[in-house]
Amino acid sequence: MLYGNAVAAISSGTHRLGSQTYVPSTPYVLMTAVDAAFEATSAAGAALAFDRTQMVFPDGTEAVREVSFSVHRGEFVTIVGPSGCGKSTLLKIASGLLDATAGSVRVDRDRLGYVFQDATLLPWRTVLGNVELIAELHGIEKSERRRLALEAIDTVGLSGFVNHYPRSLSGGMRMRASLARTLTLKPPVFLFDEPFGAVDEITREHLNEETQRLFQQEGFAGLFITHSISEAVYMSTRVLVMSARPGRIVAEFEVPFSYPRNPELRFDPEFARLSGEISHALRGSHS
Amino acid sequence: MSTVEDQVEVAPAVPDDAPRPIERAGLLARLTVSIIPPLMLGALVVAGWYAVSYLLLDPKRRFLLKPPHEVVQNGFLNWSALSEMLSALWSSTKVAMIGLVIAIAIGFVLAIIMSQARTIERAVFPFMVTLQAIPILAIVPLISFWWGTGQRSRVIVCVIIALFPIIVNTLFGLQSAERGMHDLFTLHHASRATRLRKLMFPAALPAIFAGLRISAGLSVIGAIVGDFFFGRGDVGIGQVLKKYSSQLMGEELFAAVLLSSALGVTVFLTFGWIQTLAIGKWHETSGGRP
Repeated sequence: MLYGNAVAAISSGTHRLGSQTYVPSTPYVLMTAVDAAFEATSAAGAALAFDRTQMVFPDGTEAVREVSFSVHRGEFVTIVGPSGCGKSTLLKIASGLLDATAGSVRVDRDRLGYVFQDATLLPWRTVLGNVELIAELHGIEKSERRRLALEAIDTVGLSGFVNHYPRSLSGGMRMRASLARTLTLKPPVFLFDEPFGAVDEITREHLNEETQRLFQQEGFAGLFITHSISEAVYMSTRVLVMSARPGRIVAEFEVPFSYPRNPELRFDPEFARLSGEISHALRGSHS
Repeated sequence: MSTVEDQVEVAPAVPDDAPRPIERAGLLARLTVSIIPPLMLGALVVAGWYAVSYLLLDPKRRFLLKPPHEVVQNGFLNWSALSEMLSALWSSTKVAMIGLVIAIAIGFVLAIIMSQARTIERAVFPFMVTLQAIPILAIVPLISFWWGTGQRSRVIVCVIIALFPIIVNTLFGLQSAERGMHDLFTLHHASRATRLRKLMFPAALPAIFAGLRISAGLSVIGAIVGDFFFGRGDVGIGQVLKKYSSQLMGEELFAAVLLSSALGVTVFLTFGWIQTLAIGKWHETSGGRP
């Protein structure tokens, strides 16, 4: 299969970054500070939109600087960046767990799916009880929340483990239960905070396929955080590269592969080329 | 191509990461292993006891440590002595349990209030530590001074001695829920009461039970100590111990001590058993290992 001249340029010309001016010298477009006017148009109708979001913690640490981008339904956007660059901070701001110190975020917080770094299952509840929790917190009536929970459990393939307690599940299964919990209310926006970092490589690949299938099925707007470039390319429609602290979006890549993607895609030369470019952008962001 | 797609389809249906079944074999072997060592040590202790009674002690001074079979004969097989001890033991058990229940009620309320506001925690905690640091014997006279020497004072001793571990463990437990879980409840706009009921309290249960087991044992001690000093009201095991020691009734004294210890062990095991029933299904380290 041909993917054509894969990397799409999302904007062109020179971009301001502080007082410096960059002229893109690589095949992909280096996006330093996003042109506000450009973002303003693309943000219209987006399920999630950051607008010049900034986060400075009380101790003076600047975690996020002037971040603007938006995610539409049917888009799966991944942010890659070095540890501690403020990726997770962005999700916390989006979900309202943290308040940005400047700029704004537009998203419907009542219907937000948040997949945590850990499975964060309540150990005293069975898989069913855990998956029911969110519907329960939203005051949904018992028989209805049971129906929603069983449906979500079925979607992630845990039907045989409904009455198991988390301690008798493997890491991968806990993560799936956590996915099911987030799925129950069918949120139009899904935030993934490095969810598969703690599981082994093979389980991680399974979970990636699982998540991708859910994305196709539900058509939500996905914002995914990861360290792994290959995971980013495999999952996303778009990859954003974030710089080291203070975090800024320094590059953006369209991922041209169509869904459903199969695991073999990881060995495709085009996949490797795109991964290489992202890696290059990441390294550039460090210096 | 199709095989790859098959793998994609199959992966969620048949989890390769299914849990391993818990090993159940060798139950008898494990029981044997856990029963034989304490039995052997017990036999050694009894042998040592005989040795002290018959070899070390001059016959004139043997009343200091009567041999085990005389303790059994005069202490446990003599009905009038045994019934006196058992009814006293029952009275002390009631005192200990009433004291424990009151301590649990006060402890829970205080711990919950402290868990809701750091300022209150900071204000109350030093006084809890101070109260805990007072040796119980030092406040017994004060208690008899204020509340007399009846049943009520015995219960108050139990409450004071059992309260601290309940407060500390419950508070620690309420604060033990993970940050991520709190975030989950925050994201979905859970109220304070919901958070307490569905997150903090269940998360606190293992610690609460740890506290309960300590406090239950302490409450038994409180009941005996209180009874030892307070003469009015029902005769408890403390009064009986006092009487036996003042009348040099060695065998009965020994039997009463053993019974008191049996009460403590029973209480400890009972709470371990309740703990297993309540949280054994999901909590790893729960269970009644004494």
